[in-house]
Amino acid sequence: MRKLSLDKLDALFAAISATNTLYLPVDTKAGARFERWESGKTLSTALNTVRSAKDFFFPQTENLMDFKVEGKSIEIIDTRTESEDFVLFGVRACDVKSFEVLDRVFLADPVDTYYKNRRDHGVIFSMACTRPVESCFCGTFGIDAANPGGDVACHMTDDALYLQANTDKGQRVLDSLDSLTEACTTEVVDEQNALIRERLARLPLADLSAEAFGSGKTAEYFDAPEWKQLSESCLGCGTCTFVCPTCQCYDIKDFNTGHGVKRFRCWDSCMYSEFTKMSAGQPRLTQLERFRQRFMHKLVYYPTNNDGLFSCVGCGRCVAKCPIHMNIVKVMKTLGGREHA
Amino acid sequence: MPELKEPLIPVVGVVTDIRIDTPDVKTFRVVTPDGKKAFEHKPGQCAMLSIPGVGEAMFSITSSPTNEEYMEFSIKKCGCVTEWLHSMEVGQQITIRGPYGNAFPVDTAFVGHDMLFIAGGIGLAPLRSVINYCRHYRDRYGKIDVVYGSRSMQDLVDYKEIIDEWANDAGVTVHLTIDREQPEWTGHVGFVPNYVKELGFSTDKIAILCGPPIMIKFTLAGLQELGFDKTQVYTTMELRMKCGIGKCGRCNIGSKYVCKDGPVFRCDQIDELPNEY
Repeated sequence: MRKLSLDKLDALFAAISATNTLYLPVDTKAGARFERWESGKTLSTALNTVRSAKDFFFPQTENLMDFKVEGKSIEIIDTRTESEDFVLFGVRACDVKSFEVLDRVFLADPVDTYYKNRRDHGVIFSMACTRPVESCFCGTFGIDAANPGGDVACHMTDDALYLQANTDKGQRVLDSLDSLTEACTTEVVDEQNALIRERLARLPLADLSAEAFGSGKTAEYFDAPEWKQLSESCLGCGTCTFVCPTCQCYDIKDFNTGHGVKRFRCWDSCMYSEFTKMSAGQPRLTQLERFRQRFMHKLVYYPTNNDGLFSCVGCGRCVAKCPIHMNIVKVMKTLGGREHA
Repeated sequence: MPELKEPLIPVVGVVTDIRIDTPDVKTFRVVTPDGKKAFEHKPGQCAMLSIPGVGEAMFSITSSPTNEEYMEFSIKKCGCVTEWLHSMEVGQQITIRGPYGNAFPVDTAFVGHDMLFIAGGIGLAPLRSVINYCRHYRDRYGKIDVVYGSRSMQDLVDYKEIIDEWANDAGVTVHLTIDREQPEWTGHVGFVPNYVKELGFSTDKIAILCGPPIMIKFTLAGLQELGFDKTQVYTTMELRMKCGIGKCGRCNIGSKYVCKDGPVFRCDQIDELPNEY
């Protein structure tokens, strides 16, 4: 483990920036968000960014390819370029776990090369959460906010930053910062972790269990009468999908610039009525069906295909942002509590 | 530039022939600019066709893999992309990527069996690939029956090929039907599900269904009345798709993705999916 005095934090960011583009959470009028670091920018003290970190690997919109169309002829232009090397600093344990959830979709055969390219070039510096809040429930999915993972795991105290490499990729970046950091024991971090775990145990959602859900439970929940009441007020706005670190549904569209055609992809949401609409019909006619799809996918379908891994990391963004205060926690309590109530 | 091949990037295809099948169905022949097939496929698989600036959509490949020269797509005019495709002239370039999805088990479960193909309307398009594959490897399969129906005589897709080729093959029997009487029609009149029951097939066959959902529902019930088990009946499903590789989330139904785990399903496998198609 390496240690850095906090008065050298700017020097650390500058040193990382010398070889990698550095992104870290900074405070803005609209809350904390990841921004490119430059001298003068300081690390946000907020618990988490308003939007998740998925943009860095799966951006909200991206150009996939271009076409030149002339008369009856078409030329396809591969616009892919090698991603820059970058460091994503200060990623919370929930968001770190979300990358594993996304990896299992985008890196499954056939590999999504746009995603893989960014993933290969990105180094994750995670950050342990000393102040988890009432909307946090990462523990429900076996995530430990005190042991946040990533390529380099960081812990911050009042006066120092502690860094531990978890991967070769992380070790290489950490090695390059050797002149700024010093070797240290794990004592302070262990103390902090004990404190974090104590706080986690006192969170209001600490007892939320996902045990009732998981692989192979489609028949158990699909026709549950509770979906009606749960989905009744859903506006279908898709906010939950957009702030969600694991939602990965996308749309592919063409845009004619006048000089050619750009094919791009952008985030989409199964909460939208157009999502499954075909000229031949619409398999999900009401918001109940669309609402059910989102939660069944996270709690049952995805785990069925991915060794029981849930497609929720308990970051709590949807809990904080849903305009009608409906969220996965209520869904889990209502449906999962049926047998156990 | 990343070295890996990107599955979402298509290749250019040229439309070399356009056949008008019905008032709203045309069959397009597609090859690469150097005159080859864009890729090899198995019966039942699909391909993404696109017109840059208009959009991309998934179509079943209607030609048999045994056709070594070109691929064909029978396409009904019913949306933005298909309307554009219908307005094309020969020589037009489009883009094509694939093949996508699983296939009918023509080289395993089907081998040695009598085959019963049942299609309604444009539902013949995905089955034509299998029918012509079975006709090509005739000795691998038993008797072949094709039951095909449409609204009218003019709405029967591939009519010429059915009459001139399929009906003349030894061991192939074609049963055509149309929904309503027409003066020039001397064949059967009536809906496909009823016709299947009237014909009363023996149950030692493999049945393959494709058509509108309502036709599939009643035909499957009819087959079960005749004594068919759902494990003997196959169909091919259609849901909206964007990526074709199980990632964009659109064709997700239960834990399956129709573009990757389907489109071909055995009817007992469909029972395991949530009722959302």
